[in-house]
Amino acid sequence: MSLIVKRITRYTVGLILLYGIYIVLHGHLTPGGGFAGGVIISLSFIHFVLAFGRKEAKKNIPEQFLSLGESFGAMFFLAIGLLGITAGFFFLNFIANTGTPFSLFSAGTIPFCNIAIGLKVGTGLFAIFIVLSVFKLSGEGDKK
Amino acid sequence: MPELYAVMTFMLIGAVIAVSMRGLLSSVIAVGAVGLGLCVMFLFLRAPDLAITQLVVEILMLIILIRATIGRGVSRIHCESGIWIGASFMLFSGVFILAACAALKEIPDFGRALMRVSDFYIKNALNKTGAANIVTSIILDFRAYDTLGEATVLFASVMGVLALMRKKGRKKTDERDEPDC
Amino acid sequence: MDIVLFLTGFYALLMKRNLIKKVIGFGIMEYAVNLFLILVGYRSSGEAPILDNKASDMLFVDPLPQALILTSIVIGLGVTALMVGLCIRIYQHYGTFDIAEIRRLRG
Repeated sequence: MSLIVKRITRYTVGLILLYGIYIVLHGHLTPGGGFAGGVIISLSFIHFVLAFGRKEAKKNIPEQFLSLGESFGAMFFLAIGLLGITAGFFFLNFIANTGTPFSLFSAGTIPFCNIAIGLKVGTGLFAIFIVLSVFKLSGEGDKK
Repeated sequence: MPELYAVMTFMLIGAVIAVSMRGLLSSVIAVGAVGLGLCVMFLFLRAPDLAITQLVVEILMLIILIRATIGRGVSRIHCESGIWIGASFMLFSGVFILAACAALKEIPDFGRALMRVSDFYIKNALNKTGAANIVTSIILDFRAYDTLGEATVLFASVMGVLALMRKKGRKKTDERDEPDC
Repeated sequence: MDIVLFLTGFYALLMKRNLIKKVIGFGIMEYAVNLFLILVGYRSSGEAPILDNKASDMLFVDPLPQALILTSIVIGLGVTALMVGLCIRIYQHYGTFDIAEIRRLRG
């Protein structure tokens, strides 16, 4: 990619990642939530790969991060649900009414669930993109 | 509501273009336009969560589809499939339209939704969960089991794609062109 | 009008011979179904279902279909990604996207 694209990508990747994290964290106050925020986080990584190429991305984003991120997201979400299992509840929101409404710390286990889902969706979709784009098809680029 | 009809017409024109264009890249861009029209429809129908999610999912779907079609831009035109499939399509769409007209009389009119279950959710969202966004409190507190199911489906699809693309491909033995009509 | 969108996607799924056109038809069918469920749950002069500090007796649109369709949109993305992965593998093995050729070349 040309120099202008690389230069601008340096500035916008951080901004898009920050916006995605904002939508995930404020999921219980404004529209958005874990899924939309997670997709935006994965779009920021994809933006980086599209501008700089795969080799540069391999240096900066290690592959262990992707598989660990996805597995931890799923396990964290399940762990939040199973916290009340000894008392017979599944997914009980037991810290629901501490904190003032309409502020950031208000809705019990809902922000933690949003963070877990955002991590899982973000890293999972980025892993799909990486795998689909590094697989070189035979017959591509040949003259027909 | 005239703006809904206008956006719906735009989506229909985009869908017809996507289905009948020759070049694969142009069809994919037309599907992107249909998805964008759907995002605007969600905004008119007062669903901002869905509009954000649909927009970013549409962008990602375009990236993945373009990746699949980039080496094979213009396909030569295909004949349609044979006559039996055409007849069964006509039969199915006739039955479907009849059943849909019968069913559309049963559901309430546009604009007057029955909200038997949602009344409970709207009244008790703030004092039972403390979240201001009612849709988030439904998917993560009242009906969190469905969200667990969705997380599992996404996990399985990521594992499926990673398992499919595992080995390096071998070269195919001879080239085949796509047929003319 | 929504039914016409669904039938357009179904036509592409059934009658076109190119695999990518079938995937596109599937995507259009999914848009039509999502749109239909949100249209059922609309209440005229309702507001978006987000509470506020102001008066809490407003009329809201139905939030339950919105929650379910949110799930469905993201699942649709996962399924389309898997289908596209399958198409790439099929192209790599048979050399074409045409299903009549693939049926002829099977094995």
